[in-house]
Amino acid sequence: MTELWNSLPPLLQAVIKGLAVIGVMFPFGGACSLIERKVSAAMQGRPGPNRAIPFWFAWVPGVGPFLQRLGVFHLLADGGKMFFKEDPVPGHVNKFYFYLAPVVGMIPALTTVTVVPFGAYLDEAGRLVPLVLANLDVGILAVFAVSSLGVYSLILAGWSSNSKYPFLGGIRASAQLISYELSMTLSVLPVFLMINAPGTEGTLSLFRVVEFQSGTWQGFRMASWHGTWFIMTMPLAALVFLVALFAETNRLPFDMAEGEADLVGGFHTEYGAMKWGLFFVAEYSHMLIGSGVFVLLFLGGWNPLPWVPLASVAGELHQLTGWAIAVSPLFVGLLSIGIFLGKTLFFIFLFMWVRWTVPRFRYDQVMKLGWQKLLPLALGNLIFYAILIAFLQPKFSH
Amino acid sequence: MPYVVERKPLTLSERLYFPQILAGMRVTLKHLFAPNVTMEYPEQRPAIPAGYRGVPTLVKDPHGREKCVSCQLCEFVCPPKAIRITPGEVPADQTDRAHVEKAPKEFDIDMLRCIYCGLCQEVCPEEAIFLQNQYSMTGYTRAEMVNDKARLYELGGTLPDQHFKWDKKKAAAGHGNAH
Repeated sequence: MTELWNSLPPLLQAVIKGLAVIGVMFPFGGACSLIERKVSAAMQGRPGPNRAIPFWFAWVPGVGPFLQRLGVFHLLADGGKMFFKEDPVPGHVNKFYFYLAPVVGMIPALTTVTVVPFGAYLDEAGRLVPLVLANLDVGILAVFAVSSLGVYSLILAGWSSNSKYPFLGGIRASAQLISYELSMTLSVLPVFLMINAPGTEGTLSLFRVVEFQSGTWQGFRMASWHGTWFIMTMPLAALVFLVALFAETNRLPFDMAEGEADLVGGFHTEYGAMKWGLFFVAEYSHMLIGSGVFVLLFLGGWNPLPWVPLASVAGELHQLTGWAIAVSPLFVGLLSIGIFLGKTLFFIFLFMWVRWTVPRFRYDQVMKLGWQKLLPLALGNLIFYAILIAFLQPKFSH
Repeated sequence: MPYVVERKPLTLSERLYFPQILAGMRVTLKHLFAPNVTMEYPEQRPAIPAGYRGVPTLVKDPHGREKCVSCQLCEFVCPPKAIRITPGEVPADQTDRAHVEKAPKEFDIDMLRCIYCGLCQEVCPEEAIFLQNQYSMTGYTRAEMVNDKARLYELGGTLPDQHFKWDKKKAAAGHGNAH
């Protein structure tokens, strides 16, 4: 397998990886929109989408009706509709940028996923190897740098629509992104202060962050520190990051850019059909990647529990059952992906849960919260942990 | 009389905001697992309460006889002019109703005009027209949305009658008292 893969020309490898990303992220984005509809329905005491069914599925007893109740076919119906419905372009728009905006939205959404590790496996030597399309050493920087480009799509869409509500939506989106990007970046700095002990090789890799959180219980000593997740040691940083994440992904209560109550549909007012759909796939992709990064940074990535890292679970399973498969790369890889996806999907649910609970902030409240509350909190948090780590790090470095 | 609404200062948990959000999330989580409050309409139908004003219909008396005497009061009272009656004779084969003299030849209610006000039922001296519990009227054409006489009787069916007014009149006429 690996020989075959390595023998392929790099360009072909890149194309296959790219197609894999599209093939995974698009259905995930679509599925998220369905989950959103189902979750919102359940919270509002409705059954949600449960009608569409292809007639040949209706013949399958049990499974067909069950899938129908689940609304699975609405996903296909929605997707099909988006692809095939008429795609009107209003006469007053700037055509070039109007077409460009959804594409610009998709590119960062699909690019960031390449640098996010989504699992790990044990090689022959028993070392943990990350499952990631591009294991960059600047991991988190790449995520921040590329994902912030996503706001260009909103600004372009708002501006090129040449109509007042999308324009306001685009302006709000840019202001909001700038305000919250700062607190977001500041809130993850303590994590990287922690993993970069003096004397070791400096890194911003997300894989290293997870590795740092994969320690076992060593008794009540400083060595047990490595088993904790960063949400336990830096709850405030996690909180600031989460709030900023909501703002960055334009989710309620921060969906200023859309604001369908006051801005019709915000930046995507003039869009229809698949161009509109692309904005939404991009939004859900951002949510998925944001949740993934949160899980990696603060929730131990693919480790099932604090002080119970993935490697020791696989090892325990191997000793308990004697199956060689328990430490095979395939099994451990799938297990880690499962755990990581489970945590990420919980965050997707959290996004929806909050969306259907909290009403939208007013624009001035968003600005006040961002600049007057979150930014000082993130700064204070950074200073506090910088001092703390400076005093403590010599004690718990290996 | 103007008055001032007293604004209480926010409590600490309100100013922190997060406890309030968590409280709200508890509520929504409870609703997530609560049973649905909606009804899946075409399969499940709501129970119609007594006195519901649905589609106006013509009814027959318990002997299966037509009650409408084509007096056209409903046509005159109908605010949107949805009712159109063409009066006619009582058919010759209904010998026991010959003394009623009049019956509608045509009776059309245009459901695209009807506003379900119930004035026709209110005004009918014969208790022949009733707004019953059918609430869903659909059709593909305008012509389909006009209920003719046959359709009105089909929708109306038979309702119990307290008076049998015309039987009493016939009996009274038999005793020499026509009115």
